[in-house]
Amino acid sequence: MKASWVAEKNSVETSLVSGAELFIQGLQNEEVDVLFGYPGGAVLPIYDALYKAEMKHVLTRHEQGAIHAAQGYARVTGKPGVVLATSGPGATNLVTGIADAMIDSIPLVIFTGQVATNVIGTDAFQEADIVGITMPITKHNYQVQRAEDLPRIMKEAFHIANTGRKGPVLIDIPKDVAVKTAEIKETACIHLPGYQPTLKPNILQVKRLNEALLQAKNPVLLTGAGVLAAKAEKELAAFAEYHQIPVAQTLLGLGGFAAEHPLCLGMAGMHGTYAANMALYDCDLLIGVGARFDDRLTGNLDHFAKKAVIAHIDIDPAEIGKNVPTEIPIVGCAKETLSAINQIADEKGDYNDWVIQLSQFKSEYPLTYKTNESELKPQKLMQILHEVTQGGAIVSTDVGQHQMWAAQYYRFSDPNRWITSGGLGTMGFGFPAAIGAKVGKPELPVIAVVGDGGFQMTLQELGVLQDWGLPVIVVIVNNKSLGMVRQWQEIFYEKRFSHSLLDIQPDFVKLASAYGIDGKLAETEDEVKEALTSALASKKPFVLDCIVTADENVYPMIAPGKGLHEMIGVRG
Amino acid sequence: MRRIISATVLNESGVLNRLTGLLTKRQFNIENITVGHTEDPAVSKVTLTVWVEDDRKAEQLVKQLHKQINILKVRDLTNMALVSRELALIKVLTTPDTRSEIKMLIEPFRATVLDVSLENVTLEVTGDSEKIDALIELLRPYGIKEISRTGLTAIPRGTQKKVLELHPYSIM
Ligand SMILES: Cc1ncc(C[n+]2csc(CCOP(=O)(O)OP(=O)(O)O)c2C)c(N)n1
Ligand SMILES: [Mg+2]
Repeated sequence: MKASWVAEKNSVETSLVSGAELFIQGLQNEEVDVLFGYPGGAVLPIYDALYKAEMKHVLTRHEQGAIHAAQGYARVTGKPGVVLATSGPGATNLVTGIADAMIDSIPLVIFTGQVATNVIGTDAFQEADIVGITMPITKHNYQVQRAEDLPRIMKEAFHIANTGRKGPVLIDIPKDVAVKTAEIKETACIHLPGYQPTLKPNILQVKRLNEALLQAKNPVLLTGAGVLAAKAEKELAAFAEYHQIPVAQTLLGLGGFAAEHPLCLGMAGMHGTYAANMALYDCDLLIGVGARFDDRLTGNLDHFAKKAVIAHIDIDPAEIGKNVPTEIPIVGCAKETLSAINQIADEKGDYNDWVIQLSQFKSEYPLTYKTNESELKPQKLMQILHEVTQGGAIVSTDVGQHQMWAAQYYRFSDPNRWITSGGLGTMGFGFPAAIGAKVGKPELPVIAVVGDGGFQMTLQELGVLQDWGLPVIVVIVNNKSLGMVRQWQEIFYEKRFSHSLLDIQPDFVKLASAYGIDGKLAETEDEVKEALTSALASKKPFVLDCIVTADENVYPMIAPGKGLHEMIGVRG
Repeated sequence: MRRIISATVLNESGVLNRLTGLLTKRQFNIENITVGHTEDPAVSKVTLTVWVEDDRKAEQLVKQLHKQINILKVRDLTNMALVSRELALIKVLTTPDTRSEIKMLIEPFRATVLDVSLENVTLEVTGDSEKIDALIELLRPYGIKEISRTGLTAIPRGTQKKVLELHPYSIM
């Protein structure tokens, strides 16, 4: 018995490697081409292995910058972003990004160092219970107890992060585990009996949706980030075109259906278009695809799609029926589900009157703003951005008014060009996310559209642009205020601008120059055009500080507690 | 309404933390929770009693639990034919006068006396939660010193009435 066991053991090829080397091998197995990270004591063994392996690693200037960069990278490449940070403060600095990735379903694999196993639980130097802290904001997390477990855990983590409803997975590696050597059999196997995402839709439900389409007069599609995550843009376009169903999009869904398409109604929700919101209000069949009906989209649920049969296609069964009672639930990946529907498509309904009515809404109530010769309007700034980049840039935004203006006016026609923090609304996200996007897609122009407030939360990452010479263009929409807060105070708090006006600001151009980066102040449309054109041509990093109308508001707007039909400021 | 949910989970560190954390985050109120090994050493069984507003909330709870990577199976047992049991240890004050009276009183409950001292007796009773509540109420006038209850654990009966189960959503 014993002899045969030994023989068997010897017959398997084994090798003795350290946890840190297993980490590198794991990354190579997953074809990871870049990590975003920041070193420290607990990850020294891992950084040493990185050094020897000549792995590409982008050193950010703050761990939050690293994780947002990984998010931007993941958004544009569809691959999981990989993050590495040390224990304690390194790990806790990641928390905002982890929560952001969780709520926006961005695939990340995050590695944190941990104190050695023999001192875990003793309040050792730089010990933080990051597994406990991140439990509610990770899709899954692990603490590696033995080096030999690392290959399997890494394989599982990449699998979990980038399948089903995507999300962040954290792996906590105690320092001694990275140092210890382990005897390793050739391949690790995934063992996840509790994880089997449903990709293929239930065909009965698909048929029910098809029947509902025949009964409907006023159907509308509401498409979200799930379409992009599944790469289902073509299937979506085929579906919408075949049946002639108008399409409203969520903030994160922009780019999944071309803005220029005649059936496109634009963005719905709090700052959505009149046509999109009225379509959701008046429809008799609402087909949600990879969208989670969050409160900024639905407004007051008592008024949301009250006349409609609700069909919901989502890869996450828990999203179906969570906020809106759903008659036709379809659990499945957007791509497989839409193509299944397209395959059985035969008879069509007649929605002509509805489509005409919505087209009229589009032309009668377009997004609009009042122009003023002497001032640079932020909305116009977005239109200029679109014009100069011919709509082909990757646009990453921060959070606030500028984010809404970018969403409204950039008019995305291609998928995976739009990066924004939707669910969490994380200020400080936009600039580092743009860096990650540029690393992932160096061939495309990348513009970070940021507010003067939010830029100051992560602007230390200018150091990365300087370091790598990354041609990211930072466009500061400078209204000298925390504009979105100011807007709410103006409308709902009788103009008591409590701590929202930023009278004291750094000279952003000088700041850029301190990092060796060119910059310019722009106060007119012509100055913006000129500076942008030359910045795009230069293929160098650039900071453009655009002084825009300080008290401009984002419209249309749905006040909290109101329904989608109760928009204010539809006429600008 | 009260729901009895059973979750089969991988016997890994952190799984209980994830489960209860999820309930807290989504504002579900746990009335009781029991955990124990199963026939498979790699797997544990958690039985939860929770209060929820309506069926939709109950369904949301089941789905959210199901989403966890180390939770293998989740069942809402509430409307199934069940065998469910809870165990309680009850310490009751006694006097020489009341001791035999208490003994008579607990007989129909098939409670047993585990420990006797001059001033009190400790009883063990097993049953569904209502039975235990009833016994406690009966003993209360004598003076209850301490109660320790395990919480409910449950298993569906071998034969279930063939009812068309209402599953509004396609996965479960
Ligand atoms: C980390 C963080 N803190 C606070 C907020 C609340 N908040 C939302 S928008 C906003 C103002 C943003 O100002 P700025 O970056 O200048 O953008 P603007 O709205 O002026 O375009 C604030 C404070 C937030 N979203 N994120
Ligand atoms: Mg601002």
